Amino acid sequence: MIKYLLIALVLIGMGWLFLPLATEYFTPTQLNNLAANYVYGSAADLNMPNAVTSVVVTYRGLDTLGEVTVLFLATAGVGFFLKRKNSIKSKRRHGSEILKSGADLLAPLIILFGIYIFTHGHLTPGGGFPGGVVLASAFLLLLMAQEHFTFSHSVIQFTESLSGIAYVFIGLAGLLLLGLNHFLDPRWLNLGQWGKLFSAGAVPLIYSFIGLKVGSEMSGMLDSLQSDGGDE
Amino acid sequence: MILFVLCFVLFMIGLYGVILQRNLIKIIIGLAIMEYSVYLFLILIGYVKGGTVPIISDFFENGPFVDPLPQALVLTAIVIGLATKALLLSVAIRLYKHYGTFDIRKMNNLKG
Repeated sequence: MIKYLLIALVLIGMGWLFLPLATEYFTPTQLNNLAANYVYGSAADLNMPNAVTSVVVTYRGLDTLGEVTVLFLATAGVGFFLKRKNSIKSKRRHGSEILKSGADLLAPLIILFGIYIFTHGHLTPGGGFPGGVVLASAFLLLLMAQEHFTFSHSVIQFTESLSGIAYVFIGLAGLLLLGLNHFLDPRWLNLGQWGKLFSAGAVPLIYSFIGLKVGSEMSGMLDSLQSDGGDE
Repeated sequence: MILFVLCFVLFMIGLYGVILQRNLIKIIIGLAIMEYSVYLFLILIGYVKGGTVPIISDFFENGPFVDPLPQALVLTAIVIGLATKALLLSVAIRLYKHYGTFDIRKMNNLKG
């Protein structure tokens, strides 16, 4: 009894401590200085309309590099836990007729849409991460629809490692061509014309490589999950 | 204000799932709900009254923008969350193969 009373007292005390945080919060009516610098700096320095992309790829590029590493580690972990069998006896069922025809029609369009998303990441909402996941969703559709659809593991691994290395080398190119303090700076390429596809320096390149990397990693993950799903 | 409270409620629903469920898959779903509540909270922090997407446009009025930094954080966090959930699920599959069940009460030997 006394225990519950004490618990209730502690909860009330904590609520009283945090109450000012809730009552004194008000929605800001203008951006703080940092955010304003990001939004207007992305237009002025980088010639890039999409401020979110400029934060992800440029201002906080190191975070993104670390994040790609975490993604790689997670994929490696999935591959480690789920061993691929050499003789893949597919326990998949036939896709229904509707699913098969739908997948034949939609999969190329979805792949095209994914590529569009990650190449236009500096102009429109989207970018490498959503684009890569959209690419992987096309492969998921194919896996579900066709019984004998398999990936070529060497192609997936090659794409993944090549795009990862290319991302790092683009970052290093900034370091080499612009001097110190310019790691992952995309301005070593021409900034181009406002709002065009080839503008904002190396950002479309970086996002394309990130998109390829995320897409191939997610596809490899899907493949591991489906080829190891059955019982032993 | 009420939205922050709802975020907190969503977080608590996820926490309830993680603490009180016995099925591993349901625990993972609870973790996912907690993650989504945190994403929602971060996005709400960056909101500016009357703000629009922080994309500078030639055709629309460039009114007040919302803060792009939480959006960038959440964008990366979603993909990381997807990868960690896949990792969790693969661990769950391994455990299922070893014990033949998803019930965590029955996974009680430490032999590995």
